[in-house]
Amino acid sequence: MNSFTFTQATAVEAAVQDKAAHEGAAYIGGGTNLIDLMKENVARPTHLIGLKNLGLDNIENTPDGGLRLGALATNADTAYHPEVEKRYPLLNQAILAGASPQLRNMATDGGNLMQRTRCYYFYDLATPCNKREPGSGCSAIGGYTRVHAILGTSEQCIATHPSDMCVALAALDATVRVSGPNGERTIAFEDFHRLPGNTPERDNNLEPGELITGLDLPAKGFEKNFSYLKLRDRTSYAFALVSVAATLELDGTTIKDARLALGGVAHKPWRDKAAEALLIGQPATADTFRRAAAKVLEGAKGQGTNNFKIELAKRAIVRALKQATEMNQALDATAFQNSNP
Amino acid sequence: MSLITDYIGKPTSRVDGPAKVLGTAKYAAEFNVPNLLYGYVVSSPIAKGKITKIDSEKVRALPGVQEVFTHENVPNYAFLDRSYKDDVAPGGSPFRPLHDAEIKYSLQPVALIVADTFELARYAASILHIEYEEAAHETELTKHIDEAYEPGRGKTGYKPPKSRGNFGRGWKEGVAHMEGQFSHHAQHHNPMEMFASTVEWLGDKKLNIYDKTQGVFNSQQYVNKVFGLSKDQARVISKYTGGGFGSGLRPQYQLFMAVMASLQLERSVRVSLTRQQMFSFGHRPETLQHVALATAADGSLTGMNHFAVAETSQFEDFTENVVGWTGTLYDCKNVKLGYRLAKLDVFSPLDMRAPGAASGSIALEIAMDEMAYAAGLDPLEFRIRNYSDFDQAQNLPYSSKALRKCYAEGAAKFGWEQRTPEPGSMRDGNLLVGWGMGGGIWDASKQPAVVKASLDADGHLTVSSGTNDIGTGTYTIMTQIAAESMGLPIEAVTFVLGDTTLPESPLQGGSWTAASVGNSVVEACNKLGEALLKQAQKMDHATFKDAKIDDVQFVNGQMRLRTDLTQGIVLRDIVQASGEPKMEAENSTVLTKLEMLKPPKYSMHAHNAVFVEVKVDPDLMTVHVTRVVNAVAAGRIINPKTARSQVLGSVVWGISSALMEESVMDHRFGRYMNHNYAEYHVPVNADIHDIDVIFVNEEDDKVNPLGIKGIGEVGLLGVAAAVANAIYHATGKRVRDLPITIDKLL
Amino acid sequence: MSQFTQPTLERPPMALAPTQAVSLNINGKAHTLQIAPWTTLLDALREYLDLTGTKKGCDHGQCGACTVLVDGKRINSCLSLAVMQEGSEIQTIEGLGSEDNLSPLQQAFIDHDAFQCGYCTPGQICSAQGLLNEGRATTEAEVRELMSGNLCRCGAYSNILSAVMEVLGNKGAEAAGSQATPKKESKEGARQWAAGAASQSVPPVEPAK
Repeated sequence: MNSFTFTQATAVEAAVQDKAAHEGAAYIGGGTNLIDLMKENVARPTHLIGLKNLGLDNIENTPDGGLRLGALATNADTAYHPEVEKRYPLLNQAILAGASPQLRNMATDGGNLMQRTRCYYFYDLATPCNKREPGSGCSAIGGYTRVHAILGTSEQCIATHPSDMCVALAALDATVRVSGPNGERTIAFEDFHRLPGNTPERDNNLEPGELITGLDLPAKGFEKNFSYLKLRDRTSYAFALVSVAATLELDGTTIKDARLALGGVAHKPWRDKAAEALLIGQPATADTFRRAAAKVLEGAKGQGTNNFKIELAKRAIVRALKQATEMNQALDATAFQNSNP
Repeated sequence: MSLITDYIGKPTSRVDGPAKVLGTAKYAAEFNVPNLLYGYVVSSPIAKGKITKIDSEKVRALPGVQEVFTHENVPNYAFLDRSYKDDVAPGGSPFRPLHDAEIKYSLQPVALIVADTFELARYAASILHIEYEEAAHETELTKHIDEAYEPGRGKTGYKPPKSRGNFGRGWKEGVAHMEGQFSHHAQHHNPMEMFASTVEWLGDKKLNIYDKTQGVFNSQQYVNKVFGLSKDQARVISKYTGGGFGSGLRPQYQLFMAVMASLQLERSVRVSLTRQQMFSFGHRPETLQHVALATAADGSLTGMNHFAVAETSQFEDFTENVVGWTGTLYDCKNVKLGYRLAKLDVFSPLDMRAPGAASGSIALEIAMDEMAYAAGLDPLEFRIRNYSDFDQAQNLPYSSKALRKCYAEGAAKFGWEQRTPEPGSMRDGNLLVGWGMGGGIWDASKQPAVVKASLDADGHLTVSSGTNDIGTGTYTIMTQIAAESMGLPIEAVTFVLGDTTLPESPLQGGSWTAASVGNSVVEACNKLGEALLKQAQKMDHATFKDAKIDDVQFVNGQMRLRTDLTQGIVLRDIVQASGEPKMEAENSTVLTKLEMLKPPKYSMHAHNAVFVEVKVDPDLMTVHVTRVVNAVAAGRIINPKTARSQVLGSVVWGISSALMEESVMDHRFGRYMNHNYAEYHVPVNADIHDIDVIFVNEEDDKVNPLGIKGIGEVGLLGVAAAVANAIYHATGKRVRDLPITIDKLL
Repeated sequence: MSQFTQPTLERPPMALAPTQAVSLNINGKAHTLQIAPWTTLLDALREYLDLTGTKKGCDHGQCGACTVLVDGKRINSCLSLAVMQEGSEIQTIEGLGSEDNLSPLQQAFIDHDAFQCGYCTPGQICSAQGLLNEGRATTEAEVRELMSGNLCRCGAYSNILSAVMEVLGNKGAEAAGSQATPKKESKEGARQWAAGAASQSVPPVEPAK
């Protein structure tokens, strides 16, 4: 673990200035991922800027009927916030499907977006990794790829984004609010995270020094028909092999609007608007769902040990859409094991 | 009626419970002795090759760094291999930490940095510059099957499996057959407590060593031999051990490092390993197995063939009994057994809960299920038809064997008779339901143990022996046995363990502690009783004047005359009358050479039968183990509460082995890639549902005086196979490569 | 043959960062430590304050053995820096109960044999206390899920579940105005019995025939 200095910032502007003043500085929210990475010597900041006193932990309604999540609100406080439970239950489910109660009490909403990949090779300094050291090679390709991507990969990197929360945020069309040396700006959620391409070392489109201050959720929360389905190697406290956020707006049995996003399959939360288009206007039937699933996985590429995820993802999409459709009907017995409390 | 001081067989709560729930129980890394230095281990990134350069200049320049130990500056201690051999070392040449530039396996320790604080040592480790020259490594077992050899040397007590009859003829005689190949990857014990040693420097090479171990005497003799220290100089203490499962049977390298650094720096030193480094030593070996079975028309086995190939290191022959059980558990004339090892560039494997048997029973018990289907029989009925009433492997009768009761009581509790045999035939809503079963056999063994019983003038009994309690309940059951033997209330009894200044006891493993130490506790108390009677006879107490030891009993804090129960004397008063602060007696069950050579008269084993229900989502193929009944025949159960917990834990281990646990090696790097708790999956609370434990009545006056067989391992046997068999019953998919993860069922 | 060198630091610090004073409020007591900024809360507790009841099981937030309560909420102390916790109320296992006054959870863990080696136990109990504080779990399924951030390699999960369910039930009963209190083995009674037996003040008991 690195040697570093620490300051507790008291204002956003001061934090941004502090970062600009220290080469190799990093912001720290809950610390659940950064400290882990520092202990592995993967992250080696020389100066840490604590954010907890910035007053960014509020969750409040916005004038346009949406909800603003402060970047420093914890994942647990967000999941259990009455407005989230009532209006954005998909987000509640996704957050609670991730990590553990302890980690959710520490991890912040902004930090959740900033999580780095769980790739074994990225975490292990004994193996080359383009994300850690650009140009050194990708050890995951040709290796053990159970947790790796099947969509949007490059020759440089096949890592996945590990978040559950972000899959729901992608489906809900959230907006990321940031502050930086050049002032404030907003980033559409789908533009926030990047695909690896030739720059796998960059996980997202934040500019140097920029700090996430909040997340805006639009008014539409799909609270009636939604499902967050997470498949993993044990029942809880494990990263997703495949996860699906599915939301529907139904008019009788016809799909009026739909959102579909996947976790555990790509370098970013994988939203597929083309597949959504195949759902909209169609009857909410297994056939429709299967067509959408096939569309999502159209360009999927297995890496060997993760080939199974292509078929698993298809089945998961169909199931999640079915669960979303049948929300108000009696749930079948499968619910107990495939959704999270 | 039972007496107030009858404790054996009662569900006494753990006597060490309060210390554990309050956080006052101290483990090896928690002795914060004054002026402590911290050691941090640097591990090799390569699997084979040599260290070509170490540049520690920057590290040494850091204020507070005391020393950087590498092979370049660690003194050569003992010269001979045998000095590095601990009590359970397999044949070969034991690994010597920081000995030379050679790298033998990935994550091998290559340097120890000692600094004033943990934070500094860890930081310093991150900037130590080491260069390596890599050599080609071999870690893939499947590529080395042809070179596998029959181990001539193994652990002490290892016996190569013995075939009998003529399998080829048995195979031909059979009318139904099964044949299959089974495999599982390496598994790491991963006890919750990471390995650590705190060495307290007391001056003049005198050390108190707080070690994470399953045997303080094993650690002590290792330190004595390697560093040339006397027993007085190296006292090893382990009062609490945060899980072992076999990992603490051999001294791990942090012990060497902490002692070495302490001797070199003449300071107190602690070395703790990281979770990643918990993958840098012994493990359950990857094992490939082949089983072929044949049955006659009546379902009786006509031939059994069980062959296993397991990995070992380049430097030691780690052996375990994988296939031998097959020749004992079922009745069959023609049994062919084979066991081979292949050398790979990995660390030597190490006994891990039910070593050998856990692996062997996976193959055997899945094979028995397959055979039952091939023979058209219910899997339980099939096993009953091939019940072994006589140990054909040893040619000995069983001292006792209540496996039939396990089958009957387990099946009844589970509701096995309602099972419909056809795969996929049972449902719960949309979910596929599968019922499977399995079982196993484990040695009931006993080792020499010395125990001292000491009664003080306040009437408090202290019983001591240098055994361990790795969570097994040793503190509690020994206290129960001593309290009942001496007729004292349990609150007036303290059992002391985990210290080399105590009488010598075997290391804790093999499910033998209860029998080994427990019977010796009874004997020590009996000897103390004799001393008390003698002393009473010296007193002005006519009652006991002519009494022999058989004429008295010890109950409710008194010694009483059996013939006149109103006549008694308080034990405390006897000690006080002696004029000494305490009265003591010691018992040793160490055998003479002649006794050791005596052939056994009985085959002594514990058995179990386990019944498992799984529910499988037919589309997503997620598996949940919803119900388990584990019926165990293990002789006398001293404490049904702690014993039940051991079996519950075994079931969790079985589920883990069946569904999630594997150390994944990337052969390009020769390195376990999931070397952490996030990706080396073991069950969490949400994975575990109803588990029923049954201890069937099994009285055995031959196995040992207390009739104990031990329950640390037997409960694990057959669980993983039963899960696999249940999955087959649910889905019709026969998976022979464990763990059965979702991808193997899609 | 190929060469392998451990990657060097991208930005080696010019000098070791100095230690700094960190004030922590633990179990109601104020402490000031002079420590490196990269000292975790877990190491501060174990190595600088001798509060070794909080355990290190992985040091990476993957096992829950280091669970403590910060402002009543359970967290993994291994993934928090001590310096980040200034101004918080930290509660460790040592602050939950004492030998003479075990907390209801501590007593229930003993009664239900909810541990074997005991190493994960303080974390399990702190986590369960956090679960009670949260008030989100009522059913067995919910408790299982919300206790899943704590590994137990001995596999005591079903007993942990029963222990937590018992306290949860009693808590519910208390909230409903019932007189129910946690079942406790009468420790004091046992002590008196022990003392009595030794001084022969107990009535003779009929021995086995």
